[in-house]
Amino acid sequence: MNQKSFLGRIRDSRLFWPLVAWVFILLFDAVINPSFFKIGILQDPVYGSHLYGNIIDIFNNGAPLILVAIGMTMVIATGGVDLSVGAVIAISAAMGAVLINPALGNALISNQILTKDATNTPLAIIILADLAAGTLCGLWNGFLVSRGKIQPMVATLILMVAGRGIAQLITNGQIMTIYYSPYFWFGNGYILGLPVSIYIVVLVLVLGWVLVRKTSIGLFIESVGINAKSAYYSGINEKNVKLLAYAYCGFCAAIAGLILSSYVHSADGNNNGLYYELDAILAVVMGGTLMTGGRFSMLASAIGAVVIWTFTVTIYSLGVPANALLAAKAVLVLVVILLYSDYSRRLINRLFERRGSKHDTAS
Amino acid sequence: MAEPQNVVVMKAISKSFPGVVALENVDFELKKGEIHALVGENGAGKSTLIKVLTGVERPDSGRINFNGDEVIIRSPQFAQEIGISTVYQEINLCQNLTVAENILIGREPMKWGMIDWKRMNENAGQILKGLDIDIDVTQTLGSCSVAIQQMAAIARALEITSAKVLILDEPTSSLTVHETAQLFRVMRKLKSEGMAIIFITHFLDQVNEIADRITILRNGKLVGTYNTAALPRLELITKMIGRSLTEFDEMTKLKSESGQHITGSAFLQAKGLGRIGSIEPFDMELHAGEVVGMAGLLGSGRTEIAELLFGIEKPDSGSISIDGKTVKDISPLGSINRGIALSPEDRKDEGILGELTVRENIILAMQAGLGWFKYLSLQKQYEIANKYIALLNISTPSADQPVKNLSGGNQQKVILARWLATNPRLLILDEPTRGIDVGAKAEIQKLVLSLAEEGKSCVFISSELEEVLRTSHRIVVLRDQKKITEYAGDVGARKIMQSIAGSEKA
Repeated sequence: MNQKSFLGRIRDSRLFWPLVAWVFILLFDAVINPSFFKIGILQDPVYGSHLYGNIIDIFNNGAPLILVAIGMTMVIATGGVDLSVGAVIAISAAMGAVLINPALGNALISNQILTKDATNTPLAIIILADLAAGTLCGLWNGFLVSRGKIQPMVATLILMVAGRGIAQLITNGQIMTIYYSPYFWFGNGYILGLPVSIYIVVLVLVLGWVLVRKTSIGLFIESVGINAKSAYYSGINEKNVKLLAYAYCGFCAAIAGLILSSYVHSADGNNNGLYYELDAILAVVMGGTLMTGGRFSMLASAIGAVVIWTFTVTIYSLGVPANALLAAKAVLVLVVILLYSDYSRRLINRLFERRGSKHDTAS
Repeated sequence: MAEPQNVVVMKAISKSFPGVVALENVDFELKKGEIHALVGENGAGKSTLIKVLTGVERPDSGRINFNGDEVIIRSPQFAQEIGISTVYQEINLCQNLTVAENILIGREPMKWGMIDWKRMNENAGQILKGLDIDIDVTQTLGSCSVAIQQMAAIARALEITSAKVLILDEPTSSLTVHETAQLFRVMRKLKSEGMAIIFITHFLDQVNEIADRITILRNGKLVGTYNTAALPRLELITKMIGRSLTEFDEMTKLKSESGQHITGSAFLQAKGLGRIGSIEPFDMELHAGEVVGMAGLLGSGRTEIAELLFGIEKPDSGSISIDGKTVKDISPLGSINRGIALSPEDRKDEGILGELTVRENIILAMQAGLGWFKYLSLQKQYEIANKYIALLNISTPSADQPVKNLSGGNQQKVILARWLATNPRLLILDEPTRGIDVGAKAEIQKLVLSLAEEGKSCVFISSELEEVLRTSHRIVVLRDQKKITEYAGDVGARKIMQSIAGSEKA
């Protein structure tokens, strides 16, 4: 029993499958394009010397998706889903852009002022406003789901549709360009040669882990996801647990919006974070959290998001045009769903077990 | 062969799950036209044996012969195709479909490519009439009594194939005496038509009443197969639990001893407490060290009282006061903080969290009382879990086993542990012994009495009157969502039965 348990434990770990998928894609890259893994050092006039290469890009550009996937994990673990995260990204981005704009987006101002690299709002206020806007959106979703008893998919659909409108209202319907270099640091800066966004992801993961595993919140979220009625009978306030999960998800989406708008130097209500909700859900599913709720792992979801982003970068590096990306992604979704189905799980488990139990069947 | 033909022969069946050997070399034979009872304690392997026979689980080793041919039952569908039909303990039907739809789902009569509703309802009505049941088949199943639902499940099982073997897994656990009699009539009728019936139950009276033969399992091993007539009740119980019944005698002694600790003033008082549609306003007093039993039929308001006291439902009228102070926030969390615990009626739906481990299930209510930020350390969690695993004799390979892998009785004990861990002053137990075996039942009854002796107050709800009588110092009788009366001290079962039945005949 014990000699099997080491292999078994690895196989049972939530991190196993997404890691296998990642290694698989990386192996593919290694065969097709060995220069995929090349990492060099670049002298940047603004941010100093730092590393660059596909792998760095995957983590840097994938950071917003990883963040959204971490937040989405909490919501899905309660048995819900949040379709509005893409729109929340747009709202957060718009919020930042408007506050940076010296006229707060109220008037068209000359290029001269705009390019001055100045804002009337302190950076701390801008960041807080970004995060507050996203968290508020999450609270709204959580309120509809927990107090309004609306099905999560429907409740968050409201903000998914309305959110992009809100983002455009904030920016007066403009695609707002940002000219404020301190703000660009979040999406473009480097610390010790590594992108700032990687540090943000690690920070959010650690904070999330402390919040969930060092308090009873994780246990309560899993209880609510497994059986909300039993959880209620056990004295757990499922409404507040759900509210917290959605608020946290909104908070993560807001950070993603901050990084994304900082990276592209602009806020576009229509396109910021488009389809992120779908990628995030896929990442969570890849991380082994069931859509019906229950046991979850934020780290596994984060790895799931890395897999999706690696796949995307791989497709680009193969020279597949951007408009064919969605079709390629569809294949990934199909493979993931097939791999995670009960049938193939059983098949794989049987393959593993057959080796161990040959002597049993002989009797 | 002079003997009737064996429909099913299972030889040397073994099956193990991670950490548990569920079946070990078990033989089982089923004759044509017999009712064969399968009995044993929780975790004895009854359910697993049935799952092997119905193709839900594959045995690790062993052979199965059906009608003389060796078969490999690879799926539940296959079992149905060859004529093995099963009605499971939890009724697997759709509550929001009509009775007719439930019976004929998947085999609806068609006309012009569409369902012929009229013929479907007629067919379903006829099938039920064949079982001597005459009801409106167009009502939704959820609106029928549990007994009728059970009959519909049986009708469906019989309808699927020309069944030769019918398996009934705990069919009577939520039926009243009258409904059970109705079920038995149906079973006898099927038997006379040559059906072989496997009957799994914990009610030994019923085994004596209806079974021709009895197969006893214990800890995954076969104890033996006996003719019912040749096996006295006492011997049967001894074989099942493998130990003597002195515990039952001990209990009677315990009860009279613990009764002396009841204090004079009430610790909890309910005044005019009621909720429209579930229970009419009632008064109730609970004292420390006292066990109060609730007697009444299903739906008489027993569970509703429990849920009001604990705060699952909010009352429309009346008040609860504890130690003379009126309670304002009536909610499960508030109740935990006030030292009230409820072990709910529906273990699967309201009690256990299947994917969580035994440890997590046990500390859950305690942790809920502590809140989000006072998280019990893992070490403390294991300490508590292991303490109750030992105290309640929960049989599990470890505290890290998911609760869904445990047998029903052990799951029940985990829920009891969950509430004992909150160190309650009042423990409300709603059907704590439903669907669990004699040994575990006795353990739970004994536990209730020893808790009372420690000065805790208990409310004990059970469909088995005998059990209520055995444990309670005072009995509250309910009928039609109304508190009828209260009896203190020793009362006969007869008197209580009369109160339960009211003007109608019992």
